[in-house]
Amino acid sequence: MRELVASHTFMTGMSEGTLELIAGCSTNEVFAPGELLCAEGASADTFYLLRRGRVSIDVHAPGRGTVVIETVGPGDVVGWSWLVPPYRWTFDARAMDPVGCIAVDGACLRAKALADPSLGFALLSRVSVTLLARLQATRMRLLDLYGDHSER
Amino acid sequence: MSAEATPTLTHPPLATGPEHPMTPSLHRVIERSRETADVTTLLIEPLEGPLMSYRCGQFNMLSALAVGEVAISLSSAPSERRLRHSIRDVGAVSHALCRSRVGDLVGVRGPFGSDWNVARESDRAGADSRDTVVVAGGIGLAPLRGAVEELVRASQRSAGRVFVLVGAREPSQIVFNDDLESWARRGAKVSLTVDRATSKWDGHVGLVTSLLDDAAFDPLNSRALLCGPEIMMRFTARALVDLGVDPEGILVSLERNMQCGVGWCGHCQLGPLLLCRDGPVVPYAGLVAELLTQRER
Repeated sequence: MRELVASHTFMTGMSEGTLELIAGCSTNEVFAPGELLCAEGASADTFYLLRRGRVSIDVHAPGRGTVVIETVGPGDVVGWSWLVPPYRWTFDARAMDPVGCIAVDGACLRAKALADPSLGFALLSRVSVTLLARLQATRMRLLDLYGDHSER
Repeated sequence: MSAEATPTLTHPPLATGPEHPMTPSLHRVIERSRETADVTTLLIEPLEGPLMSYRCGQFNMLSALAVGEVAISLSSAPSERRLRHSIRDVGAVSHALCRSRVGDLVGVRGPFGSDWNVARESDRAGADSRDTVVVAGGIGLAPLRGAVEELVRASQRSAGRVFVLVGAREPSQIVFNDDLESWARRGAKVSLTVDRATSKWDGHVGLVTSLLDDAAFDPLNSRALLCGPEIMMRFTARALVDLGVDPEGILVSLERNMQCGVGWCGHCQLGPLLLCRDGPVVPYAGLVAELLTQRER
């Protein structure tokens, strides 16, 4: 499991000891197309490091059905609600293809991070990179870049 | 007065241009097709004389008779032996052009400006072994269409691979669907993403830069051609540089208020550049990267 964890881009630069700690909270999982990795409102006790396949981040909107907000793929991380109280998913994450991923037990990792601040810092640094990238992408999309902004 | 060095481009514009740059020549619309709800493609041919020669990335000033004139990029490749313009209906002139019917006349001045510097299919000596990453946003694929066509043809003779990454607001606004399929069939790696998915869309959803992660190009042996909203180009260029692409190998197509087409009137000035003459295609590195972050006054 340690090698599998170490091979994911999210773990680039992690120390051997840290990788061991994370691997101890991790399992290898697969999801069939259409299967939910996590569901809105459910307890967020896991996050996923995607190895293969695409996952849609979606939400049910009354009158519109399921709206896909974003798609992510190999190398990406699904879920950060495990890190922030009340540890509850805010969106659905659904496999679009056969998905292979590393499932990391968030409660297990939180306990280890509390005991070892260097692990906590390493995790938060990496999660912050992901969060920042997603925030910037969201801001860009809010600009409606491809819309017609000319004044007729 | 202090002497200041004038910043210059490392990528000079073409020295040649039309013989009579201010005189429109009449062309007839020979084919019209609807790309999306607001984008129309016109194929035109001259009433007299041969088809103009041009390079991918250049633009023409098209006039809707008795309405006005607007700068429109050529969306054909020279090897197609056709003059093709894809026009987004955003104002009075473009609206009139989009409403043109087969047989109608339009005025044409051009071609103007710099080009993508892609090797023509026939120019075997120019075959490039580098990967080419083409990133287009919305109607930004139009000025790149001819270049991609030439690159895909050339890639069948050279080691250089072609990656075409396209972002659009929603699936219905993706232009040149037939071309995208054709390029993919002929070996180009084509990836699409939209900002807003519909229920029938099962592709990528997200910013166009998110496609860079999955595109397996070699950053250390790649060049990039970018066209789309300026903010998109800025962020994409930075992402490419972060991945290791040489900034000197990144070209962007910029747009301002092009009017004369030959650098006389100054309406299209961006810093020391007159984009109708020095652009629209300019290298991202250095001066342009700096200019793109400056606020217009």
